[in-house]
Amino acid sequence: MIPFDFSYYRPDSAGEAVALFQDLDAQGKKPLYYGGGTEIISMGRHNNVDTGAVIDIKSIPECGVQEFQDDSLVIGAGVTLTQIHEANLFPLLAQAGARVADHTTQNKITLGGNMCGSIVYRESLLPLLLTDCEVIIAGPGGNRNAPVNDIFDKQVQLNRGEVILQYRIPKSLVNSPHVHVKRTKSEKISYPLLTICALNSGQQVRFAFSGLCGYPFRSKEMEQALNDTSRPADERADHAISQLPEPMADNLESSAAYRQFVLKGSLVSILNELGG
Amino acid sequence: MQFLAVGKSVIRKEAWEKVTGQAKYTADISSPELLYGVIVTSTCAHGNIKQIDIETARSMPGVRAVITGDYYPILTGSVIKDRPPLASGKVRYYGEPVAVVVADTEAEAAAAALQVKVSYEELPTVNSPAEAIKANAPLLHEFVDQYQKSIPEVYPQANSNVVHHVKIRKGDLNKGWEDAEVVVEGSFTLPMSDHIAMETRNAMAHILSDGKIIIRTSSQAPFPVRKMISEQFGRDLGDVIVHVPLVGGAFGGKASVELEYLAVLASQAVGGRKVIISISREQDIASFPVKIALEARIKLGARRDGTLTAGEYTYLVGTGAYAESGPRMANAMAMSCTGPYKLDNVWCDALCVYTNHTYATAFRGFGHGSMTFAVERMMDKLAAALKMDPVQIRRKNAVKPGDTTPTQVELTESNLGNLQACIDKAETLINWEQGQVQYVGENKILARGVACFWKTSSSPTDALASAVVTFNSDGSANLQVGAVEIGPSTKTTLAQILAEKLSLDISRIHVEMEVDTGHSPHHWKTVASMSTFMVGRAVEEAADDALKQLLSLAAIAMVCAPEDLMVENGRIAYKDNPQEYIEFADIAHGYKHANGSTVGSQVIGRGSFVMPHLSPMDQETGKGKPGPYQTPGAQAVEVELNTADYTYRILKAVTVLDAGRVINPKAAQGLVMGAMSMGLGLATREELVFNQKQELSNTSLRTYKVMHIGQQPEYIVDWVETPNKAGPYGARGLAEHGILGIHAALLNALSKAAGVELDQLPVYAETIWKKVEEGRS
Amino acid sequence: MLQMIDEGLIELNINGETRKVLVRPADTLLFALRERLGLTGAKPGCENGDCGACTILLDGWPVKSCLMLAVEAVGHQITTIEGLENPPIQQAFVEKFAFQCGYCTPGFIMNCQGLINNHPEADEATINEWLQSNICRCTSYQEITAAIKSVLQKNPA
Ligand SMILES: Cc1cc2nc3c(=O)[nH]c(=O)nc-3n(C[C@H](O)[C@H](O)[C@H](O)COP(=O)(O)OP(=O)(O)OC[C@H]3O[C@@H](n4cnc5c(N)ncnc54)[C@H](O)[C@@H]3O)c2cc1C
Ligand code: FES
Ligand code: FES
Repeated sequence: MIPFDFSYYRPDSAGEAVALFQDLDAQGKKPLYYGGGTEIISMGRHNNVDTGAVIDIKSIPECGVQEFQDDSLVIGAGVTLTQIHEANLFPLLAQAGARVADHTTQNKITLGGNMCGSIVYRESLLPLLLTDCEVIIAGPGGNRNAPVNDIFDKQVQLNRGEVILQYRIPKSLVNSPHVHVKRTKSEKISYPLLTICALNSGQQVRFAFSGLCGYPFRSKEMEQALNDTSRPADERADHAISQLPEPMADNLESSAAYRQFVLKGSLVSILNELGG
Repeated sequence: MQFLAVGKSVIRKEAWEKVTGQAKYTADISSPELLYGVIVTSTCAHGNIKQIDIETARSMPGVRAVITGDYYPILTGSVIKDRPPLASGKVRYYGEPVAVVVADTEAEAAAAALQVKVSYEELPTVNSPAEAIKANAPLLHEFVDQYQKSIPEVYPQANSNVVHHVKIRKGDLNKGWEDAEVVVEGSFTLPMSDHIAMETRNAMAHILSDGKIIIRTSSQAPFPVRKMISEQFGRDLGDVIVHVPLVGGAFGGKASVELEYLAVLASQAVGGRKVIISISREQDIASFPVKIALEARIKLGARRDGTLTAGEYTYLVGTGAYAESGPRMANAMAMSCTGPYKLDNVWCDALCVYTNHTYATAFRGFGHGSMTFAVERMMDKLAAALKMDPVQIRRKNAVKPGDTTPTQVELTESNLGNLQACIDKAETLINWEQGQVQYVGENKILARGVACFWKTSSSPTDALASAVVTFNSDGSANLQVGAVEIGPSTKTTLAQILAEKLSLDISRIHVEMEVDTGHSPHHWKTVASMSTFMVGRAVEEAADDALKQLLSLAAIAMVCAPEDLMVENGRIAYKDNPQEYIEFADIAHGYKHANGSTVGSQVIGRGSFVMPHLSPMDQETGKGKPGPYQTPGAQAVEVELNTADYTYRILKAVTVLDAGRVINPKAAQGLVMGAMSMGLGLATREELVFNQKQELSNTSLRTYKVMHIGQQPEYIVDWVETPNKAGPYGARGLAEHGILGIHAALLNALSKAAGVELDQLPVYAETIWKKVEEGRS
Repeated sequence: MLQMIDEGLIELNINGETRKVLVRPADTLLFALRERLGLTGAKPGCENGDCGACTILLDGWPVKSCLMLAVEAVGHQITTIEGLENPPIQQAFVEKFAFQCGYCTPGFIMNCQGLINNHPEADEATINEWLQSNICRCTSYQEITAAIKSVLQKNPA
């Protein structure tokens, strides 16, 4: 039961959506784009969302695309994690998405929503970070493209009124050797104690993490350490761990110490599997 | 003996309603007249209420009333009256109800509830059972000794957080220690956890202009609801009518009277209009009763051959902020404190103490599960100290007819059952002969663990059940009982007993699923795995009563003495000439002679049952007979531990229990498996986590984790059937028992596999890792 | 553009029928089904997406109706447990004793039906992956697994 009211709009084009946003914003409605709505509804129940209008992006044609175009795999921000899993065009993304929440909820959670929400885990973002994909954004200033690692830095870096339409993922990377690890405290359907996505781009093994810090991330320093083939895997892992961007999370899922223990074990086995 | 209905896996009567969505639970009705109540809860774990501002809320759209603790200040509780339904003056746990907002829609009520502003003067908190009994601990209830008692046998201690202390003093403990060649000690901790019935609690009430109070509620205890409401609101029992339709799981959590008070108060505040309060999952966990916490200390003495000589047990039962049935669970632990082992020298102290946490009530197993965890881990420690096989030490000490319980009840084959036989079967089913620990691959250890249990009920000595059987003119029968269908197929099992007694096909027995205290026969409450036993006995008596009537009518019709007749397949036939018979249909509503004149009338059988010869436990020694009989059993688990990261997978879980007689094998098996599943949940993931301010951190199913599909082991259930002479067809209760020792069996296995002592629940991979690390340093 | 400013009537396609429903834009589909249409087969168990008791099919795929706005369902085909026409999965749940209190049952059955429709060849891993979206507190899950397997095996793969 959401204890407050808001209006609902489902525009048919990106232009309409952006214009609507500006309009509603000017009226003081504090509009929100609405993807799967799972976060808006569950936080709304607790009165933790402050909005007078939601703009559902699921009828915007660009947001529903999932196909190869030229040398890219294009996935719309409104595509659900289940659709990604079923199509399996980018197996690492399919796998990571299939461990977010649970299967039925994946029928609702969108790729854009998982990235743009307030949840600290955003696990389906990890494969995107690894591909350096391009994000296609519509906004009051028109459309723009930007690399995902610019659009996501600890948080989503969007200007007011901007909406993510699509991700353009380099086709060359979608079938690269990869590993996905999600560890939970106990129950499998749970927030991660840690999630690691790793992908061997040919030149190096790229790593993205969730659950270790207050945000998902990919770290140059850690990747460098992990790809330092002059050292044995377990030294590389130790070195990488010393480069964490912020102190290891210590929370309900796990203590920092145990998390470090699991992280190290996982890194070593990923290195063994993917080489690098 | 050949049975018609008993021993058959009869499909539950309400099966098709349940698979088609037609089954109606309490909140499955909506009507335009309905108002909605939303509860405002405390954000402070212990504090004086400085001010409650309800003005803004009162003036919000759709709001009809806002009530707080002053509205109708009463104290409630099934053992001791220590709890106001709405906090009054002070709050004692995070989540405690402080106000109810009633509005036209639930959304309006929820919006207004957000505007009720409460300010608190924070008080120091009691954070654990151990802290509760420290000298100078903050007091939750300043005048605990002055509260009105709901039952005489509760012993609160003035100026303390101890609301009850029960003792067992059996034999000569000093002699027991003298005889001991080995002494082992251990301490164990179990956190609070939650029932998580899938149907969250909800209740609906309205008050008619003549004063009648009508309640519809999701409860295991319609008759206690009626009694408490009648007492607290000054009504005749008959003027309180409680309807309970199907209940979506309960596990003890719906056995106390909670939301019903609030629903009645809310209705009263709006002139008797119908109000429903359906709480959220978050409130269900944080605000309404949960499972007790336990801190246990056990010291055992034994001879070198494994024979137990002395046992000393201390159970600190954390009941949270209010007693509810906590004191009774302390009794339950004390009365069964040794586990199912022969011990002549026993000393037990079970203390029920307050903490600043959500208050506790009955939970599947009623204290026996927590107690059994401690006892069964202890038996493994003793086995290790003696270098004995864990199965062997249990077999050696297993209780037998002729032994006595801690409360000095003499055990017989009938009231005890056969634990030995259970152990033997469980041992085989878990392949114990393959060894307790096996290395099965790189970093992979396979381990097995066992545990035993026993349980009897701790019901009031006058617990009563009744049943009424009415006949339809076509010869079919209707069964009415006061037991609620909370899931275990109780009503179908009772129908089987009736079918058997009447020799009538089960399809011709119709069972009313809803309980309505206005016309359903009385039943104490649907708890303690006692319904099949108690109500079953009442059904047997009702059937006998009906049969007597049928036989005497048949005797008239068939011109003979009733003794010359017998009952068979819905017919009454001559004993010496079964070819000649009369159908039930021809006499069920009286017998009509050929000339049209009719003798007799509708056949109505009635039966009732009171637990015989129970007596309360003596305050000084615990001597007494708290329950009618035991259900013993043995459990075993096979687990695979990965020593690289300490994750583990449970492969197999076994329960063998002495069911006396299994009336519905598949239903019974399902109950035992479900209970094992819940027990393994407690062992592996379930706990309420309170932060430093004693606020509950995991109030949703996102963070309070229960077992999901795919992680379950293979479950194996088997039976021993030693008839319980007092039970219907020899049956014993079995609905809770699968939970009792399964966590201990798992931890016994894991402790062996990891080479550390795991004495605390739940056990995460991290828990094992930490223990191993501690051991290293 | 579909828009809904305040409380009002929407048209939903439910179990093959078009139904007019009065809701607020902020009302969930679960609320609309239960409180406005009397379709109480979908149950609230958490209203937070965690338990699956409220599962319905949306265009043939399982969705938690507590995590969907009623208005969001406009233009889609909704199937609730009341709309099932005696599929084998119901019989299988009965035969395998795959429920006790029955509260989780409609949600489980809808999820199972979604799986049977979309992946009639599903293996054990897929079954688990799908059904992990639902919680049953009464059974041990072994019974539910047996029920769904018995139906999938009957399907010509
Ligand atoms: C039961 C459950 C378990 C979960 N477990 C996990 C988990 O383990 N790991 C995990 O990572 N997540 C998990 N989540 C998911 C997470 O909490 C969010 O609910 C989800 O990521 C939101 O996705 P959505 O598409 O529903 O977004 P919405 O709720 O629609 O939106 C979320 C936010 O993103 C914004 N937004 C949405 N789409 C766009 C867009 N295209 N452009 C710009 N802004 C946009 C919205 O304005 C809003 O602020 C879980 C969720 C549930 C319900
Ligand atoms: S009520 Fe929808 S998932 Fe629990
Ligand atoms: S049958 Fe009760 S929750 Fe599943």
